[in-house]
Amino acid sequence: MFGSFIKKSRAKSPWIIHFDCGSCNGCDIEVLACLTPLYDIERFGIINVGNPKHADVLLVTGTVNHRNKKVLKNIYDQMSEPKAVIAIGACGNTGGVFRECYNVVGGIDKVIPVDVYVPGCPAKPEAIIDGVVVGLGKFAQKVEEAK
Amino acid sequence: MATTIIPFGPQHPVLPEPIHLTLKLEDEIVIEAIPALGYVHRGLEKLADIRDYHQMIYVVERVCGICSMIHAVCYSQGIEELMEIEIPKRAEMLRVIWSELHRMHSHLLWLGLFADAFGFEALFMQFWKIRERIMDINEATTGSRVIVSVNVIGGVRADLSPDQIRWILSEIDGVEKDVSALQDTIMNDYSVKHRTVGIGVLTKEQAYELGAAGPMLRGSGVAQDMRMLGYGGYSEIDFEPIVETAGDCWARSTVRFREVLQSIDLVRQAISKLPEGDLAVKVKGNPPEGEIYTRVEQPRGECVYYIRANGTKHLDRLRIRTPTFANIPPMLTVLPGCELADVPVIVLSIDPCISCTER
Amino acid sequence: MKGKVIDVTLDTLVGEVTNMKNDGQRLVTFSTYQEGENKIGILYHFDKDLEPTHLRLVADMDKPIPSVSGVFFSAMLVENEIRDQWDVKFDGLVLDFNRSLFLDPEVIQVPLVSNVKIDPKK
Repeated sequence: MFGSFIKKSRAKSPWIIHFDCGSCNGCDIEVLACLTPLYDIERFGIINVGNPKHADVLLVTGTVNHRNKKVLKNIYDQMSEPKAVIAIGACGNTGGVFRECYNVVGGIDKVIPVDVYVPGCPAKPEAIIDGVVVGLGKFAQKVEEAK
Repeated sequence: MATTIIPFGPQHPVLPEPIHLTLKLEDEIVIEAIPALGYVHRGLEKLADIRDYHQMIYVVERVCGICSMIHAVCYSQGIEELMEIEIPKRAEMLRVIWSELHRMHSHLLWLGLFADAFGFEALFMQFWKIRERIMDINEATTGSRVIVSVNVIGGVRADLSPDQIRWILSEIDGVEKDVSALQDTIMNDYSVKHRTVGIGVLTKEQAYELGAAGPMLRGSGVAQDMRMLGYGGYSEIDFEPIVETAGDCWARSTVRFREVLQSIDLVRQAISKLPEGDLAVKVKGNPPEGEIYTRVEQPRGECVYYIRANGTKHLDRLRIRTPTFANIPPMLTVLPGCELADVPVIVLSIDPCISCTER
Repeated sequence: MKGKVIDVTLDTLVGEVTNMKNDGQRLVTFSTYQEGENKIGILYHFDKDLEPTHLRLVADMDKPIPSVSGVFFSAMLVENEIRDQWDVKFDGLVLDFNRSLFLDPEVIQVPLVSNVKIDPKK
């Protein structure tokens, strides 16, 4: 009985962690704007945490470069299963305007598996919330599958 | 006493961006801080090889999302000077209006994050609530909230209608009222002062010698602001730099707070002096040639562009020096001697913009 | 370019920078560019009362350049950045990251030397 309680609350109140992986800040401040009074995703039970070990969903903005790909992989590995990853903005999806730069590896999916891609440069808060909602659907499915 | 080494970052709750500091501690006191950068380095200066000088505007806007408008102003101002283009007066004034709106949203964002750094979450929410009004103005006038992308070489692409101007004026009246209501909290509240007064003191001499920029420099009592150069539309606007003398975290936050109110005044002035006329001139003639050194004032301080062009459509060299890059040596100087619990407050008080720093 | 430009050589560089400091000038930053084959041009930008002054140094890339980080501590970051981007050595750098300020050790190319042009990706 306790197991089903955890299952249900995991999908209904997911905790997110945000990692800036070489973005220009445009998407970051939009992610933060989602947490503030106008958009306020906390009303859906979503809380932003600072520790990857507490988090269920990873929001990543920006391109991967040679130095931060290790940090990104490390944060992803620290999160406990099941987990979902949402790539935000053109840079996070493909590398965006920076894809040809010498220090850029490309999108997030070169390093870790991505569940949802949110487009936009920068992605609007509405789009981010939309992406999180789609991501939660996938996350709930993963929770269901995990025994 | 034995020293302890504590890593700070790159993923840290108070930092919106990745920067790493290796802190050497004796007991609770920091004795040395060594930075490690490069988590956001993309190398976009080199993109000038494959993007022509018109396309580079879109690249420089993405040096940093928060001050994107002012990066584009600095870049296009440099290219216009090289090509001897005179832009219409209306375009100059419109650039001032959007630049000051950007400064307001950047400072409000920072004031919120700063409040969050010492754990005052209600104040964080208040500042971000006010900021949304300015984001609405950006969205209504340009179509985008953060990266407004209105600059082109030779002028601007968007215009303000008389209706929009009336609406902007009423909105910034509201912003002024809301911000003034928070003045007492950020400047005089007992617990806020406890965390900021006397913390991270940078003297006037140190600030000048270490090449600090922007509110960091003005918070230490040096009256230097690139808007005093009178570039673009600023030549027609009354402007006095805001200076505080204490040099601590409180002084830096107060400078930024007062600059929000000043920017409101500058937007009003710019709107009252907005001339009629064209938005942009057509760019004719050969691609730019020569070298130029151009400076503007960003929310975080003085931003320097060095452009070297060789008469082809690709620039030879584009060098961007952003304010946070200049503020890192002063930060490393004030960190030794402070307590570990004050490190996040001091790091945030320079308004770190790491994507600017590393480009 | 606005402001006075003074040409300096490897021998007179540190002396000139010290003169600027004694004159009360603030070091703004350095800018670099490629000057012909295998030579680097460095502009040292100074500022006093909003009046810019520049020192221009043209030097070989394979010889070490005297560091001015002993005179201005803030030059340390820029010199490390130039070391990353051009693989130029500096003599007497107070905090030497050895080409790892911005770049990861696994990156071996020298980004800004013009013979390593980047190609558009398909």
